[in-house]
Amino acid sequence: MIQLIDINRRFHVGEEYVQALDSINISIESGEYLAIMGPSGSGKSTLLNIIGLLDRPNSGIYKLEGVDTTELSDDKQASIRRHSIGFVFQFFHLIPRLTAAENVELPLILAGENPRERKKRVDEALSAIELTNRANHRPDQLSGGQRQRVAIARAIIMEPNVILADEPTGNLDRNSGKEVISILEKLNNRGIALIMVTHDPELGSRASRKIQMVDGRILEEK
Amino acid sequence: MLLAMAIGVMSVILLSALGEGARRYVTREFISLGTHLLIVLPGRFETTGGPPPLLGQNPRDLTLEDSLALTRSSYIRYVAPITLGSAPVSYQEKDREVLVLGSTPDIFNIRQLATAQGGFLPEGDPTRGSAVCVMGYGLKKELFVNQSPLGQWIRIGDRRFRVIGVLAKKGQSIGLDMADVIIIPVASAQSLFNTSALFRIMVQAKGPEAIPRAKESILNTIRQRHDGEDDVTVITQDALLSTFNRILTALTLSIAGVAAISLIVAGILIMNVMLIAVSQRKTEIGLLKSIGANNGQIHRLFLSESAMLSLIGALCGLVLPFLIIWIFRHMVPGFPVMVPLWALLSATGIAIITGLVFGVMPARRAAKLDPVQALSRR
Repeated sequence: MIQLIDINRRFHVGEEYVQALDSINISIESGEYLAIMGPSGSGKSTLLNIIGLLDRPNSGIYKLEGVDTTELSDDKQASIRRHSIGFVFQFFHLIPRLTAAENVELPLILAGENPRERKKRVDEALSAIELTNRANHRPDQLSGGQRQRVAIARAIIMEPNVILADEPTGNLDRNSGKEVISILEKLNNRGIALIMVTHDPELGSRASRKIQMVDGRILEEK
Repeated sequence: MLLAMAIGVMSVILLSALGEGARRYVTREFISLGTHLLIVLPGRFETTGGPPPLLGQNPRDLTLEDSLALTRSSYIRYVAPITLGSAPVSYQEKDREVLVLGSTPDIFNIRQLATAQGGFLPEGDPTRGSAVCVMGYGLKKELFVNQSPLGQWIRIGDRRFRVIGVLAKKGQSIGLDMADVIIIPVASAQSLFNTSALFRIMVQAKGPEAIPRAKESILNTIRQRHDGEDDVTVITQDALLSTFNRILTALTLSIAGVAAISLIVAGILIMNVMLIAVSQRKTEIGLLKSIGANNGQIHRLFLSESAMLSLIGALCGLVLPFLIIWIFRHMVPGFPVMVPLWALLSATGIAIITGLVFGVMPARRAAKLDPVQALSRR
């Protein structure tokens, strides 16, 4: 499903270039459960951003479902993000002024769904994360675990093929972290690919496929 | 920032309302002078060139006969010859210097006067005087206080006149405060001031379309009577009125233009607020991008937000001046402040347009944000 061929990504830092990704080659099948691990600054998040089409590589080819995405326009990429990719962030990134249900609804609004369809799908998604009774609470009235669950509901509302999770438990206590992971794994069992960046080896060991990154390279694959 | 927009809109509306009020005030004053009015002045205000003649070419006086001749024109409804002078007026021991207006009953129709007590000057041969007078409201208060003056004899100069009417309280009208005059038949005034000349003749045409013809016929009549000399000047009220109108409209527009500049200032404020909003909500924008909002959608989002802000500001600015004008009307009832429709529309329009124009830059900046950097800020 996902195919990265010789991907390079450099950043300017002052006068120097930092090679965040150095000739990355990897392919990921649909429905896979992949953990990307490594120390901070090793390029994990950059890799995830490139897979999520938030960032463009300096060179190399990224094929998503057979389509070369590196040549696509911003709007085309936005449309792929909307329909095929779900993001879960370490800091949840819920919009504080909106209720849980409205946060979940957001991608549907951007996609221009009609209100009745939106309501139905939001209800479904909220019941999937068992937060139906918190639908009208704003993020500051929810616990961290609940917030991350809302963020997951938002990520899956468009029924994507892949969920990209950047340290999804990094900001949570152990218990809610476990809860969040079990929801993500449940989704993975339904056939959605899960790509998770983490530096927690215990979490990483649960994945069926693990890659270790150091200095922008894939060091080993277990 | 909302406040700035509100103040901007408010000042446009208030200033143009005041300007419009001034215009209406002047118009109303002119109309109270009478409608379709022409004023005939002795003398000719025109330079015809050449050195001034050695023997001063005094213009011929307007006479009562001239005025009577005018009544024959079919374009003219009323003709009121006016003799003006001032004379001491006394009643019992009270004595007062008063403006004395000699005229005919037509003056009441032309100046649209009304009486509070009694009647106007009697109809009759204008060349024959009679010892009656109608006094202004203010003068009656001074001389008679609360007593009824009707039928009383007062002294004007060295003659005695019987009071037959008191004018209604009308307020000031341009040129003359009608409350403080005393009106007597024109022939009596001429003999009182010992003159045969008229101060001027006021003429009311039959209708607005008859004014140019009336003017023509006045000039013709007087020329015939004055041995072919064009020695009078005819001013039409409409000409005066339209000049005033033009001046005041230009004034109102320029004041409103100054006020409109404050709207642009408000627009710049809106731009700053939106720029701050964009930088504060960077993560939000990044998030929207990550869930598939394209640049156009984010652009529209911020643009509509600034449009909404300016609209709300404009609405506040719309309500406030009406309140102020309402209070103003109660305090100064004589001055007709009115919010002109064009001011409402243009103020609101400019407010929204500036909101949009100055919203473009922040919106574009928001749309251009790099999602990775936007999201990495915590």
